[in-house]
Amino acid sequence: MKAEENHGNTKKFGMVIDLDVCTGCGSCMVACMAENNVPFRKDESDKLKSITWMRVYKLSNGKPYPETDICYLPRPCQHCEGHEGHSPCVSVCPATATDYDMQTGIVSQIYTRCFGCRYCMAACPYHARYFNWYDPVWPKGMEKYLNPDVSVRMRGVVEKCSFCIQRYQAAKNRAFMEGKADIEEGDYQTACTQACPAGAITFGDLNNPAHAVYKLKKQPNAFRLLERLGTNPKIYYLSSREWVRRAGDNYLKNEGPAKIG
Amino acid sequence: MFPFNFEWIWDMPHMVFMGGLWYALGILGLGMTYCIIKAAVDAGKKDAGNHVGNHARNHD
Amino acid sequence: MDSAFIPNGVRRCAPGKFLVVLAVAGAVLLWGVYAMLLCWFKGLNQTNMNNNYGFALWIWADLAVIALGGGAFFTGFLRYIIGKDELKNIVNYAVLIGFICYSSALLILAIDIGQPLRGWFIFWHANVHSMLTEVAFCLSCYFGVLTIEYIPLILENRGIDRVPFLHHLGHNMHDIMAVFAATGAFLSFFHQGSLGGVAGVLFGRPFSYREGFFIWPWTFFLFTWSAAAYGPCFTLLITKITEAVTGKKLVKDNVVELLAKISGWMMVTYIIAKIVDTLYWANVTAPSKGLTLMDFYSHNAFYGVWILILEIVIGGIIPAAILITDKGRKSPAARTTAFVLAVIGVCVNRWVMVLQVMAAPVMTFDKWALYYPSWQEVATTILPVAYGVILIAISYRYLPIFPQEPELNPID
Repeated sequence: MKAEENHGNTKKFGMVIDLDVCTGCGSCMVACMAENNVPFRKDESDKLKSITWMRVYKLSNGKPYPETDICYLPRPCQHCEGHEGHSPCVSVCPATATDYDMQTGIVSQIYTRCFGCRYCMAACPYHARYFNWYDPVWPKGMEKYLNPDVSVRMRGVVEKCSFCIQRYQAAKNRAFMEGKADIEEGDYQTACTQACPAGAITFGDLNNPAHAVYKLKKQPNAFRLLERLGTNPKIYYLSSREWVRRAGDNYLKNEGPAKIG
Repeated sequence: MFPFNFEWIWDMPHMVFMGGLWYALGILGLGMTYCIIKAAVDAGKKDAGNHVGNHARNHD
Repeated sequence: MDSAFIPNGVRRCAPGKFLVVLAVAGAVLLWGVYAMLLCWFKGLNQTNMNNNYGFALWIWADLAVIALGGGAFFTGFLRYIIGKDELKNIVNYAVLIGFICYSSALLILAIDIGQPLRGWFIFWHANVHSMLTEVAFCLSCYFGVLTIEYIPLILENRGIDRVPFLHHLGHNMHDIMAVFAATGAFLSFFHQGSLGGVAGVLFGRPFSYREGFFIWPWTFFLFTWSAAAYGPCFTLLITKITEAVTGKKLVKDNVVELLAKISGWMMVTYIIAKIVDTLYWANVTAPSKGLTLMDFYSHNAFYGVWILILEIVIGGIIPAAILITDKGRKSPAARTTAFVLAVIGVCVNRWVMVLQVMAAPVMTFDKWALYYPSWQEVATTILPVAYGVILIAISYRYLPIFPQEPELNPID
């Protein structure tokens, strides 16, 4: 492994989402779509063809009233690190159109290089990757409100959450102009994090002890989705409820949620 | 695919994978070149056409 | 009308009847071409694929025709490398069927990708760690091999053979065919395997994920093995169908029985490996991800244990048992039944390794996703069948595909 691929001394951006705080309002989804020029159609009733980089799932404990309990689980791309950057989707892309950045831990998508084989979608267990089944068509006048920092995608390519990487680039530019050696925690925040009215989403560098996520991910109630698959995701969830933590992964009858180290 | 593509790295996976590819392509290309050149030479010989037309059966 | 182009010593139907066959198959072909153009010009929204089903009917068809076309490489391997001389009487047809299967697979891939004009990126910007890259490279190269193997057959047409250059070209290609066949076997090992690897490396999908050897998951070896085992059955089945349609015996029984026997024993070894693989996956791999075997075969309207039985028992053990016994091989009915079951078996295997992988939920709060193809997908999947019928009809009429035909069907 090359020295520059060592994740130890580099940034590793990630999120901690407190599911006990999330109200399922969907602000994160809206903010994400607006920030990233995510296309939509007039009729979005077929959700399996919708594009939602950030998707809020509704989980239930399946028990009858009065023990019924629900939980809303926001699911962005998990930016899996896998084993040494061997995330499920990156290694399978035949045209090197998706990349794991060892400097940031961000899994990026190169839209102009993707030729739409959808192998990455097959590889992702989180359904975090979306295919542009249609050409993006914006309601008249709305094209003027598109984010100029994010390219729109064409029909026939895959797209997904980028951790608002354009904001990271802008933050780095600002830091450079201001003569700062590095960006600070508040300089780079994703749109969903900032939009969440309940403050359920915390974003930052998982490798940096000064960032909130560094401590939050170590909480006893923290878990990650489908950890047992070895995807090594960078989205941590918090919940005080046992059934919610258990819903984060598959367990045999005699097993329970493993504690995250 | 080629060393001048910027994805190219001189590492073992590239050398093994692309080595296999170019090896296979080389055999096919050289084989066909040999067949075509030899056919042109054979066809140019005086007695070349003698048994042409008696070829309906498989050569095996 | 076209008698000057029909091989010596064989009889063919009247041109009118031949044209009717071409017209019927051509109509189906046009239907498929229309659907194909819709997909190319309007995009993949013409299909019923969705974000849960990134891979669907086409990828299954692709894997299935490549497995079935495996008869070409394996028969060529047996004929040219191992030296099973009797197989020269069926190797031409195996090559033709392989050519049809592989050209169809490439066409389907060209329709399947979202940006067809960027298809060359897979070569140009190749990620050598991706199984799909390996598939694309080996598939394209092997299609080149099949074309090289098919060309001498075309050059044997009576009309073409009159041209001295082409006559000699055909001869020369025949002379070094073993080199091409060996290259084809090498390429086939890798692309058949990497098609298995496509599913096997998906460690995010516990239904398809398999441990393996070095960089290759067990499915890599299973796919190669199954293509070699089941491919010849498809060749033999199509030969049987061709015999039924033409009303002639085209290949002697000893040739059919030899290939059937080899195929049967290959199936025996494959199915043992497949059962071991399934048991290991069900008892070790899946439980290590928190899942049990029945998680993959329950709580949905379609995928039950029946599909496992259909693949392994009905489509594997039974045809293998028929083909390895002398009695089974010598009975035309039993033999043909075995061919049909084997073809079903390998197609079901490819089906589950594509569609059931997509269907099975992985996140606990996900649901099984079932899908049915749109007419455009069906039409473009049937397109290769019509294309195959046309190419077989033309090749059979004008080329000496079956060397034993004149002997088996003497003209008075």
